[in-house]
Amino acid sequence: MTPYQMHPARIIEVRIEAESIYTYVMRFIDPEVRKAYRFVPGQFNMLYAYGVGEVPISIVSDPAEPTRLEHAIRTAGRVTSVMTQWKVGDVVGVRGPYGNGWPMDAARGREVIIVTGGLGCAPVVGVINYIFRRRDQYGALHILHGVKTPNDLLYRERFDAWRLHPRTTVYLTADHPDKSWRYRTGVVSDLFDQLRVDPSAIVMMCGPEVMMRYGVRALVQKGISEDAIYLSMERHMKCAVGVCGHCQFGPQFVCKDGPVFPYPAVKRWFGASGI
Amino acid sequence: MVALPRADMTECLSLPKLRLQELIDRLWERNFRVLGPILRNGGVVFDQVRRVADMPVGRREVQQPGRYQLAPGADGEIFGVVNGPGSLKPSFFAPEEALLAIRRAPRGFSVDEVIPEAPRLAVLGVRACDLAALAVQDRIFLHDRFRDTHYATRREAALLIAVNCTRSATTCFCVSMQTGPAATQGYDLVLTEVDDAFVVRIGSAAGEAIVADLQLAVADAGAVGDAEARVAACAAGMQRRLDTSDLPQLLYDEVENPRWADVAQRCLSCTNCTMVCPTCFCHTVVDVTAIDGAVSHRVRQWDSCFSHEHAHIHGKNFRPHIRDRYRQWLTHKLASWIDQFGTSGCVGCGRCITWCPVGIDLTEEVAAIRAQRSSGSAK
Repeated sequence: MTPYQMHPARIIEVRIEAESIYTYVMRFIDPEVRKAYRFVPGQFNMLYAYGVGEVPISIVSDPAEPTRLEHAIRTAGRVTSVMTQWKVGDVVGVRGPYGNGWPMDAARGREVIIVTGGLGCAPVVGVINYIFRRRDQYGALHILHGVKTPNDLLYRERFDAWRLHPRTTVYLTADHPDKSWRYRTGVVSDLFDQLRVDPSAIVMMCGPEVMMRYGVRALVQKGISEDAIYLSMERHMKCAVGVCGHCQFGPQFVCKDGPVFPYPAVKRWFGASGI
Repeated sequence: MVALPRADMTECLSLPKLRLQELIDRLWERNFRVLGPILRNGGVVFDQVRRVADMPVGRREVQQPGRYQLAPGADGEIFGVVNGPGSLKPSFFAPEEALLAIRRAPRGFSVDEVIPEAPRLAVLGVRACDLAALAVQDRIFLHDRFRDTHYATRREAALLIAVNCTRSATTCFCVSMQTGPAATQGYDLVLTEVDDAFVVRIGSAAGEAIVADLQLAVADAGAVGDAEARVAACAAGMQRRLDTSDLPQLLYDEVENPRWADVAQRCLSCTNCTMVCPTCFCHTVVDVTAIDGAVSHRVRQWDSCFSHEHAHIHGKNFRPHIRDRYRQWLTHKLASWIDQFGTSGCVGCGRCITWCPVGIDLTEEVAAIRAQRSSGSAK
């Protein structure tokens, strides 16, 4: 079978999350495919819009309900601008799941620090919800999120809701705040000043590479070991199985060796430009 | 055909040159489509061969960085041209082909794999570097996580008749890459051209069946010795070298080497090197929709890490500069490929050197990077 084989799925629900960001809930049409499908947080699917193309999109729903797949899609390029016109009842193509996902087993019993930046960060939304559903299995949860301007803060209500959970802290910061901004000012790594972390904490990070670079540096200074820091990387992908060549980052294929990497696995190339 | 493990092949057979046509005829009779080296647009590529005379008999070629020219060779020499821009790659990993047909249905669409039409190919004149390159592509398309139907259908039906190299082009460096000039794996038959005959070794049951039809005589010791000496002389005379002793580490360490900016001044980012490379596997998939919208095909096309779009995602290009792309290509080919697939991505065929319009030579670039290394003993 070609690795590009996909299966039709039907959109059963659409939710608007923010301007130009929608969450699509979908189910495979073929009951056999639906029954066999399993995933873990941090994995992604290749979603296909008829006649337009395919893009990799994180799965944000809970793996306990693998027949119901949620994907948050932001209008960004040619393919996603078609996808964000999808309606309930539309049939789309899905293949997956791909990638390795977040280290949820390694994180069990430990404090979890989630660091994100930029416009929404679907890979960590899934993991945050996953932890809340299994709250007693994980230690304290720290969510740190940085944006350029207050307008870039999507899911504001969601952050506010998350901070109400027990053993959960949420820190938000903007590089360029305005008068309405109630949170911190500065880049996301500045947030670590006020963070008291357990040195055995595990870190899951997702966002622009420059943010992750400063984030790693600040965390290591706080005594977190490099191999406790996991990064979700983004690259151009066509195949999602390591044969099209596009997503290479050094010797790693982001699609099949990642998208989540322990920092030491990518450290050598992380600071260089043009990799 | 799957080659047998290198069996006891102490016995070589002799195929008189005048009977090469019979071999070609037998292959056609056995329903193979026979490919061999043919001249096209001033260069040698693999394409259909019915007559010995379809091949560039009595010709040789002169290859230099950025230069390829045909020249008169030895009288009656059949495999005098070492190689040309066409490797075996397009015969198995098609430059463009539909993978899926997606048809609109009343409620949604159906997805069907497009099963490739695959005539059984018999390829005559395959060089040791070509066989090594096929083994590299097999790791990607057959032996990684997925078995690629389209590649596998063509590849597994093919019969490969290799030719040991008895001369090399100036751009060849297979000795450095340990892939040639003698074919050691992956062939059904291998021929070595001597004066008026070929010394034939059998590499598989399928190969054996083909020569059984021909009822060949056993080659005499003199002819076998002559064949071995010619191949050994080819190896000994190969001028170009690539020192692989510090790979992959050298290129991993030298991400910021000043040579990358230097080569970027010369590189046109034209993608020629990746198109002629027998192992480069990068591809893209595009959607081609019928004008009435009833069916849309997902079509795979060769891509290149030198293309502007290769590392491009919405609003960001991870490799915007030629320096980034040349570094990616060379580092992948000679270093990260080893981590990814347990083998170098380079087989030493020299095509990327010859077919580079500005004559960039990867062996020279690696040597220059090593000479300017930022760390280690050579500092």
